[in-house]
Amino acid sequence: MNPVPTGLAAAGVLAATGAAVALVLPARWRSAAVGVATAGVGAAGAAAGVAAVSGHGWRAEYPDVLPLAGVSLAVDPLAGWFLLLTGAVAVVVGVYAIGYAGRGGHGPGARGPLALLPVFVAAMLLVPAAADVPTFLLAWELTAVTSLLLVLVEHRHGPAVLPAGLWYAVMTQAGFVTILIGLVWLAAAAGDPSFAAIQDAAGGLSGPVRGGVFVLCVAGFAAKAGAVPLHPWLPRAHAEAPAHVSALMSAAMVKLGVYGIVRLGFDLLGGGPRWWWLALGAVGMLSALYGILQAAVATDLKKLLAFSTSENVGLILLGLAAAGLLASAGQPAVAAVALAAALLHAANHAGFKALLFCGAGSVLRGTGVRDLDRLGGLSRRMPATTALVCVGALGAAALPLGNGFVSEWLLLQALLHQATDAGTLWTVVAPVAVAVVALTAGVGVATFVKVVGTGFLARPRGEEAAAARESPPSMVAGMVLAAAACCALAVLPALAGPALDRVTAGLRAGPRPFEGGAVDLRLAGVGSTIAPLWIAAGVVGLAVATAVMARLAGRPRRRAAAWDCGDGPLTARMEYTATSFAEPLQRVFDDVLAPEQDVDVTPAAESAYLVRSVQYRRRLPDRIEARLYRPLIAAVEVAGRAARGLATGSVHRYLAYMLAALILVLFAAAVR
Amino acid sequence: MAAYAVAAGQAVLVAALAPWLLGWMRAVRARLEGRAGGRFGQPWRDLRKQLRKEPITPADAGVFFVAAPPVLMATSLLIAGAAPYVSTRGPLSGVADLVVVVGLLLLGTVALALAGLDTGTAFGGMGASREMTIAALVEPTLLLAVFALSTRVGSTDLAAIVAAGAADPARVISPVGALAAAALAVAVLAESGRLPVDNPSTHLELTMVHEAMVLEYAGRDLALVEWAAAMRLSILLGLLATLFLPWGVATSLHPAALAGATALFAVKVFALGGLLAAGEVFLAKVRLFRVPELLAGSFVLGLLAVLTASVLA
Repeated sequence: MNPVPTGLAAAGVLAATGAAVALVLPARWRSAAVGVATAGVGAAGAAAGVAAVSGHGWRAEYPDVLPLAGVSLAVDPLAGWFLLLTGAVAVVVGVYAIGYAGRGGHGPGARGPLALLPVFVAAMLLVPAAADVPTFLLAWELTAVTSLLLVLVEHRHGPAVLPAGLWYAVMTQAGFVTILIGLVWLAAAAGDPSFAAIQDAAGGLSGPVRGGVFVLCVAGFAAKAGAVPLHPWLPRAHAEAPAHVSALMSAAMVKLGVYGIVRLGFDLLGGGPRWWWLALGAVGMLSALYGILQAAVATDLKKLLAFSTSENVGLILLGLAAAGLLASAGQPAVAAVALAAALLHAANHAGFKALLFCGAGSVLRGTGVRDLDRLGGLSRRMPATTALVCVGALGAAALPLGNGFVSEWLLLQALLHQATDAGTLWTVVAPVAVAVVALTAGVGVATFVKVVGTGFLARPRGEEAAAARESPPSMVAGMVLAAAACCALAVLPALAGPALDRVTAGLRAGPRPFEGGAVDLRLAGVGSTIAPLWIAAGVVGLAVATAVMARLAGRPRRRAAAWDCGDGPLTARMEYTATSFAEPLQRVFDDVLAPEQDVDVTPAAESAYLVRSVQYRRRLPDRIEARLYRPLIAAVEVAGRAARGLATGSVHRYLAYMLAALILVLFAAAVR
Repeated sequence: MAAYAVAAGQAVLVAALAPWLLGWMRAVRARLEGRAGGRFGQPWRDLRKQLRKEPITPADAGVFFVAAPPVLMATSLLIAGAAPYVSTRGPLSGVADLVVVVGLLLLGTVALALAGLDTGTAFGGMGASREMTIAALVEPTLLLAVFALSTRVGSTDLAAIVAAGAADPARVISPVGALAAAALAVAVLAESGRLPVDNPSTHLELTMVHEAMVLEYAGRDLALVEWAAAMRLSILLGLLATLFLPWGVATSLHPAALAGATALFAVKVFALGGLLAAGEVFLAKVRLFRVPELLAGSFVLGLLAVLTASVLA
């Protein structure tokens, strides 16, 4: 029996059951039942994914399910990789949601939001499994609609939720329209909507058609992936959605945009000319840098994580662009390494970002705030959450021992490879890309030091943080699952080697990127090796040995007040906050970030020198949004107002419009 | 087995040399400034004294403060063992490459920065914030230098780079080598917290970077931090020495070759340390917000090195 259809069928049945159960059960049992069902959907999807990446293919047609087009499904290793990723995130989120939604039956625990959760996961699993254009578009739109409804769950709690939902709705639908046009154009040019037929016909299509389809679809996919400059919905939606929804969206849904680009660029169109990949690489680099700079100066924890999603998507896109460029330059071996780096980074990002968003939800639940300037001192009050967030932050900072490091190492290996036959273009582009990755990694480290250092350590900076309490066991259990996945990816990435080999082989991208090896990742195209397990063992072993030896040789530890300059105990106001921590970076990147600062000095009466109070305000508006989207929105508004003049309510006028339209259509038909 | 012994030997060598190197650099500087200065072995005596003293944890600090010194020490020891200082035939050549070395250095920095924030004092946060800003900006330069160096051998494996340089010295003395060395030298100054980026002998709040982070450490903890920081300096100078003056590095595990390589390594590191100390006499610390300009300069050097490497290749 083929495990792929079994897994997918189980996921579908469980999703339907979960949705039905959510509508029927009383509030007390609802979240537990739906959480288990969602985890089950995820587990079934992940099982199907594992089967697919280990070599079980599957393909089926259901012509009667939908009128006109029917439904066509197929799972190859590439689809399997994304099924596995989405499923695994859903397991984490399902377990986490039991405690997060709670028993109260309000907010995320209400009937509708809980019923939508398993449906959203199932829709996401359907996207990689789709094997023709109509099925793909259907699954894509189902994902968009369910996620939009989930973003809006807490619309009564904050004034920022509705605008966030609106931004997301507009951008995701605009993206859908470009994908729709692109894929329909491609299917029309190929003469058949099934992916297999498009693949066969794509080679014979003319350059402009292929280029047009690529640009349209990649624009839509990049909007879904949150790449700069199509990102403004992301910090809003991720920040305002409930934590488990943010985790699902950031860790899994955003990756579907990546999946779309891989499927289209490498599989359906089978690679393309250089300008495609240069454009994609430029978007990737812009995303990586702009995302991490905004994250570095953000103080809202969830907004910071959302900008970091843009950054990681940028790195993934950069990997894909490098793969495409190297493949078009006749370097298939290194191209395969770059592609594997991008795919592995997608999995790593799914792991640590699911963990971090769940951690942010846990902090929000325990304290009621998500402003880093008012947090702190959580390492004593929420020890489990703190430890788990640290695992996620280590991965997100791409430091050794964290899971992000391995994929960034792979990406750097592909970029550092001096492909002399790849031409002057690569010679110029590669160093720039390396520098961008390095700066991104460096600022990323500073960002996550800020998150852990000011969010969780030392003294609480506000009353809310001082009264924090640990989250319920199910939330912690969900995070533990994610942390375990992160640790496994960090020390034993070689386990993913065969799967990535199969994915790249399935895409005909090049030879297998990995040369086997049980604990070390040996690259076939590039003469480099890494053994993360030994590095981790070395650091941990040496640290423990040092601590033990120093303790044996010396005296016991004592606790005493920190040096307070003789001025009484230190208060929380004297601590560095997240804003002050990021201030040097903000100054260094002043030209890019363009902060708006305001200093109001109120002098005491009768004296210009004695100051009564000083007020300092700083705002960091998203510059791209202000420059690009505000004018666009203003233009749309003007056009909308002008269009109002067309519809005055006069029946005569409407009849004239219809006549004109009819004449136009007849004319067009006659000319043709 | 012998390879593991070499790695352990290297780690011990660097750990033993590091305080002496510090003493030597202080002595050179004192002599050039017309002072008598302390004794050569003074840093070792300080370490011995502090190791016996009681460590004190600030009231608000948690596990990060306690864990940072051993973690910093562990990363330093691991790099000291993994890098091909004495022999290119270490056991770790397939485990860690130059990118991993850069990552491990950063991991140590992060451990200390978190410890600084964990104390809850203004100084700790100030030092951590400044240190992370500098660390973030050094990263591009470091990796571009790695790029330029790896181009010659087609691998980022440290042992391979050093072995290629030792086999063919003409490749090291080239425009690429000179540019990469200049870029890496500035990055090394910033990473090890030397002038003009950070002044290791100041406790002035306006200028402290490293010292501000470790202000709350005492006794054994302080000894570990100081020792590990001294080792980082030796490690970085050692990397400069082995990458750009690779002569004498053993390419076998023969005892005589190893002994010669050990002596030569010590000479090279002490010579570089002396040069650095002499140079520091003529330098003042630059403002924190002018450090990016310095690093931008070294970044350009790194970029030129990479471009030259691909043009000449």
